[in-house]
Amino acid sequence: MIAETGAFALALALAMSLVQAILSAAGRMRRSTALAAAGEGAALAAFLGVAVAFAALMYGFVTSDFSISNVAANSHTEKPLLYRVAGTWGSHEGSMLLWCLALTAYGSVMVLFGKGLSAGLRACAVAAQGALGTVFLAYTVFASNPLARLADPPVEGRSLNPLLQDPALAFHPPFLYAGYVGMSVVFSLAVAALVEGRVDAAWARWVRPWTLAAWSLLTVGIALGSFWAYYELGWGGWWFWDPVENASFMPWLVATALVHSSVVTEKRGALAGWTVFLALAAFTFSMLGGFLVRSGVLTSVHAFAVDPTRGVLLLAILGASAGAGFALFAWRAPTLNAGGVFAPISRESALVLNNILLSAATATVLLGTLFPLIREATGGQPISVGPPYFNLTFTPLMVGMLILLPAGPLLAWKRGDAAGVAQRLGLAMLIALGAALATFAIASPRHVLGAAGVGLGVWLIAGAGVEIAERTRAFRAPPAETWRRLTGLPRGAWGMTLAHAGLGVFILGACFETAWKVEAAETLAVGQSLDAGAYHLTLERVVDADGPNYEAERGMIRATRGGALVCEAHPERRTFPAGGQTTSEVAICQRGLSHLYVVLGERRDGAAAPVWLVRAYWNPWASLIFIGPAIMALGGLVSLSDRRLRLGVARRAPSKDKAEPPLAAPDMAARVARGEG
Amino acid sequence: MKARALLAAAAAALCLGAASDPAERLKDPAQEARARAIFREVRCLVCQNESIDDSEAELAADLRRIVREQVAAGADEAEVKRFLTARYGEFVLLRPAMSLGNAALWAAPALVVGAGFLLLLLRLRNRAPESELSDAEDARLEQIENDGPTDTIAPNIGRQEGRRVT
Repeated sequence: MIAETGAFALALALAMSLVQAILSAAGRMRRSTALAAAGEGAALAAFLGVAVAFAALMYGFVTSDFSISNVAANSHTEKPLLYRVAGTWGSHEGSMLLWCLALTAYGSVMVLFGKGLSAGLRACAVAAQGALGTVFLAYTVFASNPLARLADPPVEGRSLNPLLQDPALAFHPPFLYAGYVGMSVVFSLAVAALVEGRVDAAWARWVRPWTLAAWSLLTVGIALGSFWAYYELGWGGWWFWDPVENASFMPWLVATALVHSSVVTEKRGALAGWTVFLALAAFTFSMLGGFLVRSGVLTSVHAFAVDPTRGVLLLAILGASAGAGFALFAWRAPTLNAGGVFAPISRESALVLNNILLSAATATVLLGTLFPLIREATGGQPISVGPPYFNLTFTPLMVGMLILLPAGPLLAWKRGDAAGVAQRLGLAMLIALGAALATFAIASPRHVLGAAGVGLGVWLIAGAGVEIAERTRAFRAPPAETWRRLTGLPRGAWGMTLAHAGLGVFILGACFETAWKVEAAETLAVGQSLDAGAYHLTLERVVDADGPNYEAERGMIRATRGGALVCEAHPERRTFPAGGQTTSEVAICQRGLSHLYVVLGERRDGAAAPVWLVRAYWNPWASLIFIGPAIMALGGLVSLSDRRLRLGVARRAPSKDKAEPPLAAPDMAARVARGEG
Repeated sequence: MKARALLAAAAAALCLGAASDPAERLKDPAQEARARAIFREVRCLVCQNESIDDSEAELAADLRRIVREQVAAGADEAEVKRFLTARYGEFVLLRPAMSLGNAALWAAPALVVGAGFLLLLLRLRNRAPESELSDAEDARLEQIENDGPTDTIAPNIGRQEGRRVT
């Protein structure tokens, strides 16, 4: 009964989304407040419907109701509660339902907090969001019903992939989807702006919080996925340039570009067309990501919820939505305002440069991901594009961008002073060079690129420090003055500084770990040992450690350094009888910022006694790889809490005349044009 | 299709940094290091986008053995890759060859950056305050005065009107 209620609510949500699209569009065309308001009501109803369906599916998973085919295929009674809950979005159908839940939730939030938008823009955006909701809900209802019943329910379910039974991965999809789908709001706002033919500072100010929120969530989602790969796949890598990783990385890159270009549109009224283009592209890449992950056109270690036949439908949805968006862009963009003038050396130019390099990076990742398909389709030999390609193309682009990054925030709008900026960054440059040279001299073995990478990371962090010092006139003004300025800095400024510094922290960790990682592997009998870097690991014994739905061997490994005990590592090798899979549970000893990473491999027959293959990695500064993105996401959130951007605080229409409220846009745009933004 | 999916599932389940297995290792550490560097650029053909350095699939172990034998016999990276490509096709290389067929792949990053800079330059030049008519505008004006077709220039005029005055 509960599943049927859910299925009914889902169908209702589809109807409501359609109503939302039609009524809101009609409300805009007839300039009718009543129709637009009804459309907004439908948006709320659509969200409620999907929420009920989602709750019903989750209930099915928690109570192991195997008469629901999705539950039977993806759950198991012996699975711990957390993973039964996470199973709700662990399958193709469930993940599409989560996608729809996020889509309609964003629609509702837009309705509830969108009071500051002009009526026309708002009705258009709600209509566009409704259209997106209709398409995706129609797909869910007709092609991937998550609540379909089985005529002949099995006694036991087929378990979820054990590799996916992991806390980081349980929460990875919700973050990722909230990020992906957050871009849908930006997409809808872009469509609305094109229909209205007006992209001004007020519009850009509205796009920014949505982009920031989606970007932060996406950052967390990607970092969680990477963290999962790091400790679950068991060979110490954290980024593989895998198609599925690329699928989530491309929307992130575009969103990053959008966060930066929308600043120019907001503050200077320039780049309006480009910002709209990026807003459309961000959700297009999100949809592309959703398609690539599910369609099975690309092979990946993260193979998940793959279904080639329905992939074609998803591709059609992607083509239709993005096609409509970009066709509208091609038609309307030429009417958009070109905006303010700026000099070659200026904040605007720096942000454009950022966008050029991020676009090139996105194009590289896109081409690297799809090129094998393109070549095969054009009759060429099948080829592979793997990590070596991305290391040779993506990395130089990003290095170029990162070297220039600290200069950007110090440049003035409209016309900057390159020499002055270089002078102000002198201290940061000295610190970075010192760090690189010191690393080169001290770290063994010598590694030029590793040292340069450390220098780059320090350059970003020191650059962020210089930027704050400049803003507060530290060491130049009296301390009281500096303190006053420091406390008076807008949250947006802090957010930017945090995000840039977080990127530096990430670079530091990534480069140090990659350059100075130590790998050791031996087959050990009980009592034998191996050395990994400065650490001496002894296999003391191996015990059985069966869990609720798996059998396991646990290695009791003692790690010492210079004779002193450092940690007891207990890696496991688990076998899941339900699916016949084997996974390894890695033991990670945290040593400051570094990880001693221990893996227990298979049991083999030794000369006298059984031996186990034990692998140990010394991953120096590996924590920074995950702390960095956390700081970046925090930066996004801090920026989001800025008073100017807080939802609902945006200027309200001065008059109650709803026919065509002018908003505060014209005067704001005029102020911006005068450079007072 | 089903067999492929099964193989893929088996390979995915067994993905451990396989190449470090001491049973396979070469005695000479320098040769071993060279072999490992090659492994990272060679694809495990039956796996889900993994290098033979990472994969525990049987085929990956076979490929590792072949590469190690060749490295031990003194072959360099190019020779080993030529051998593998001749046997398994370009698909086996994780770093696509810089060939004509892959020109688009390798040139794309530079092209996008180039196009971006070109657009930026055009904008910076066009957006400079124009106090005098440019040659192009002179020509257009002449055309209008001589009763030339005006429809081709209408969009430009529209854009100029839309331009904000600062």
